[in-house]
Amino acid sequence: MPAEGPPEQFDLDAAWQLAAQVKVRPERFGALLYHFGTRQLSFLKSRTLLAVVSSLAAQQSARAACAAADVPAGELASYRRALATLAASQMICKREAA
Amino acid sequence: MTTTTALPLVEQFQYGLAAPICLTWELTYACNLSCVHCLSSSGRRDPGELSTAECKAVIDELERMQVFYVNIGGGEPTVRPDFWELLDYAAEHGVGVKFSTNGVKITADVARRLAGSDYVDVQISLDGATAAVNDAVRGAGSYAMALRAMQNLADAGFAGFKISVVITRHNVGQLDAFQAIADRFGTQLRITRLRPSGRGAGVWDELHPTAAQQRQLYDWLVSHGGNVLTGDSFFHLSGYGGSLPGLNLCGAGRVVCLIDPVGDVYACPFAIHPSFLAGNVRDSGGFTRVWQHSGLFTELRRPQAGGACESCSAFDGCRGGCMAAKFFTGLPLDGPDPECVKGHGERALATAGASSAPRPSPDHSHRSAGRRPVPITLARRPPVSACNADPLAGFTAPGR
Repeated sequence: MPAEGPPEQFDLDAAWQLAAQVKVRPERFGALLYHFGTRQLSFLKSRTLLAVVSSLAAQQSARAACAAADVPAGELASYRRALATLAASQMICKREAA
Repeated sequence: MTTTTALPLVEQFQYGLAAPICLTWELTYACNLSCVHCLSSSGRRDPGELSTAECKAVIDELERMQVFYVNIGGGEPTVRPDFWELLDYAAEHGVGVKFSTNGVKITADVARRLAGSDYVDVQISLDGATAAVNDAVRGAGSYAMALRAMQNLADAGFAGFKISVVITRHNVGQLDAFQAIADRFGTQLRITRLRPSGRGAGVWDELHPTAAQQRQLYDWLVSHGGNVLTGDSFFHLSGYGGSLPGLNLCGAGRVVCLIDPVGDVYACPFAIHPSFLAGNVRDSGGFTRVWQHSGLFTELRRPQAGGACESCSAFDGCRGGCMAAKFFTGLPLDGPDPECVKGHGERALATAGASSAPRPSPDHSHRSAGRRPVPITLARRPPVSACNADPLAGFTAPGR
């Protein structure tokens, strides 16, 4: 039950956060995520992506969270894809929807 | 799948994780059944089993290690008098529990209670889509017991519990019938591989799928893979062609391990043998130290030699197959899996001879247990294909 559409529609300028039922465990390669509601496991393939996801709730937008984690402008598209995947699997959600 | 790293995830995982993803914890060797293929040779309780307080201390540790969930089994875990107390304790401490049961204690009341928790998932074991096939392996009345438990869970509104099937020569032709049962109860089907572990060692020769059935199983998984859980247990079939969903890596000691009822920690649930014993949760430093520093697990996280398999065209897919399957059939760990899809395992078995196979240990079987299956023959039906979306979209936990 994807909450969001294709990656290009992921709203970088919206405010996002980790879903309440999700736990994050840092690992050497990035992190593992587990959603207790959907019972799905997911993973973050880099520490930078972990920093982005961890700061979503504190930043005004996903774009701001990427900037705060020093995501290079050239890589923003791939981070957007990663965030879209996380939204589609309900690991992150829009803040007003929380 | 999520983005940006040089190394593929499978490469990362083979060096191990800070905590297991797939931790199996067998709470007791006691069981009301005597399944002929029981991987832990269960039946009688072991007097040295962890106490309630010791179990709670393990849960505390799992919470500190941020283990998301634990797969509880046995034996039949629900026959432990403190089972429900431990279940509540785990939930209070944010450790999810998926427990495997034959259904003996899943009454309507229990089902209602279970349906209320995000932290609990239930897996009902069923090894035949008909009573005849199931009961030949799991014992008289076990089919009816499992179906009654499923009905209770469904009536209680427990969405998405699992039906767990060990694939044998006699039920591999019933895959569609299993799926129909799962659909009837609104559950998810989970099918796993028969290993020659525990009592399974004694029946493996006559129960494991034939080569033709393996191919049939692979084709069925390719067309149904998105909806069916496999515990990542059929990665040895990847040699047929495209990889199946999941990690396609032996996770033993890397992402997987087993805590047995007396607190012994083994590399995997199918490897209950001194050769794969890494330590005990009662040792100083507890489970954390065993997971992070035991000599065995450190060794398993080093790149493993694939031996002769490395030159095979299928090696990237199957990686030599299942360590436990090789070990308990007497094959070298750096050689082919006994069910190698290229037939190398069969040839190796013919050379190795049964006498070289190590005996599974320890054995908690009921002393009176009948251990031979009733031979039965079933008509096989071709799989009906209903293709789903890409089964590799997203990562499905190798849930057990």
